[in-house]
Amino acid sequence: MPLVSFNRVGKRYPDGFEALREASFAVEPGEFAFLTGHSGAGKTTALRLIPAIERASSGAVLVNGQNVGALRDAAVPFLRRTIGLVLQEQKLLHDRSVFENAMLPLSVCGEPPREAARRVRAALDKVGLAGREKALPVMLSGGEQQRLCIARAVVNRPSLLVADEPTAGLDSAAAIDVMEIFRAFNRVGVTVLVASHDAALVARFGTRAVRLDHGRVVGA
Amino acid sequence: MSAWLRHHGQSLAATLRRLARTPGATALDVLAIGIALALPLGAWVVLANAQRLAGHAAGDPQLTVFMSLDAARADAALVESAAAAAPVARRSRFVPKDQAFAELKSAAGAREIAATLGANPLPDAVVVELAPGSGPAAEHLAAELRKLPKVALVQLDALWLRRLDALLRLGAAAVAILAAMLAAGMIAVTFNTIRLQIVTRSAEIEVSRLVGATTSFVRRPFVWQGTVIGLLGGLTALGMVAGSIHLLNGEVGRLATTYGTDFRLALPPAGDLVACLGLASALGWAGAYLSVSRYLHESRPG
Repeated sequence: MPLVSFNRVGKRYPDGFEALREASFAVEPGEFAFLTGHSGAGKTTALRLIPAIERASSGAVLVNGQNVGALRDAAVPFLRRTIGLVLQEQKLLHDRSVFENAMLPLSVCGEPPREAARRVRAALDKVGLAGREKALPVMLSGGEQQRLCIARAVVNRPSLLVADEPTAGLDSAAAIDVMEIFRAFNRVGVTVLVASHDAALVARFGTRAVRLDHGRVVGA
Repeated sequence: MSAWLRHHGQSLAATLRRLARTPGATALDVLAIGIALALPLGAWVVLANAQRLAGHAAGDPQLTVFMSLDAARADAALVESAAAAAPVARRSRFVPKDQAFAELKSAAGAREIAATLGANPLPDAVVVELAPGSGPAAEHLAAELRKLPKVALVQLDALWLRRLDALLRLGAAAVAILAAMLAAGMIAVTFNTIRLQIVTRSAEIEVSRLVGATTSFVRRPFVWQGTVIGLLGGLTALGMVAGSIHLLNGEVGRLATTYGTDFRLALPPAGDLVACLGLASALGWAGAYLSVSRYLHESRPG
């Protein structure tokens, strides 16, 4: 069974704009797949449907066999705890330290403090931020901030990692570092779905690319 | 359960730290709520003391039968025996006119009036002490005594007691209305205070929800903040009322002395005060809960 499945998914915004039209594709467990396409193709919208940040107007988005669009509001947080999310806007808390930012998903889940601290240190170590726990995000470079986002996304040991343009604004070296981190997690069984318009990156790292064009899937 | 308790503890600790970091803003919020609560609390304390004073002043209810000026001793004796036969009467005593005039002359403030009267204008009287709560039975006795010969006037002091009771009930209703209005005001103040907090922490809330925070998790620190502010406001109100009582009791004592009593204003019992603090906390909680719930509802995914 696919881990993520889009079945003829459409998304129309209140102003009438159709971001997705009859989009159908699937991501198998353990896959490293890309969502590609031009700006405005619907990549971000598709990714936002997976953790129910938005709801589909038509069709069904299934995550682990569960119809995300049909979930009650009260069930959405529990879905999101199984998905590691790396957003284009990063959404780091700039008044909190690196450690506190990475700790947030574990605090939310009620993880005991000692175990949570251990997992945060392990996640920061995996992304190359060991020793920077006390720094504030503003003290980090662009690449380091993105790695902190990844640490926050993986600290809860999700089975699915979803990233929206994780290399935006990074130089090529930093971009490759970030993608190598994703590949490392994929090697240990995490399913990775990355939205990116960077064709070179897709060619270098992707095993499969789902191409979107004006909201439609034109290649999978 | 332990994670739930742990998060409550963390939320409370974080709330106290946050309030301590902004002492000026916290003090203003607490003061606003304290003043809003001090008004109905003060009115309630005044009412409670008035009820206590009324209880002292009332003593045992009594009925006074004033005889005609030409009534004989036998006529008064008839009144006494009629009163003694009534189950509602505890005892009666005859007050001859000379004794009444002598008491009037010795009463403070009436000495000068008595001196101008010359001859004794007062009639003989029979004072009947009634059982407490006699009510309609006392009125029936008064009606029966009025029918007896040479009875000029029957005065039942239950009437002024009923009026006093009605006034106190009116006061209680007014205090309840005032309290309800100010409680609504306090909820509104807390609602807005928390709303501002939500705005300043909206980024944190958004990220928390993205990584799987439930609405309860998001709500918890804010309702703690509302509860704590409500409690502090309640304590402030209590302090204001207690301070006012302390300041007023000097003058109250001097006034009470002129009436031959040692009455002083007092705070209600400790249990009632604790209940007030509980109510203040609950109002703070309610304002915060409404504020966060509204925000969460408005920010639901589309």
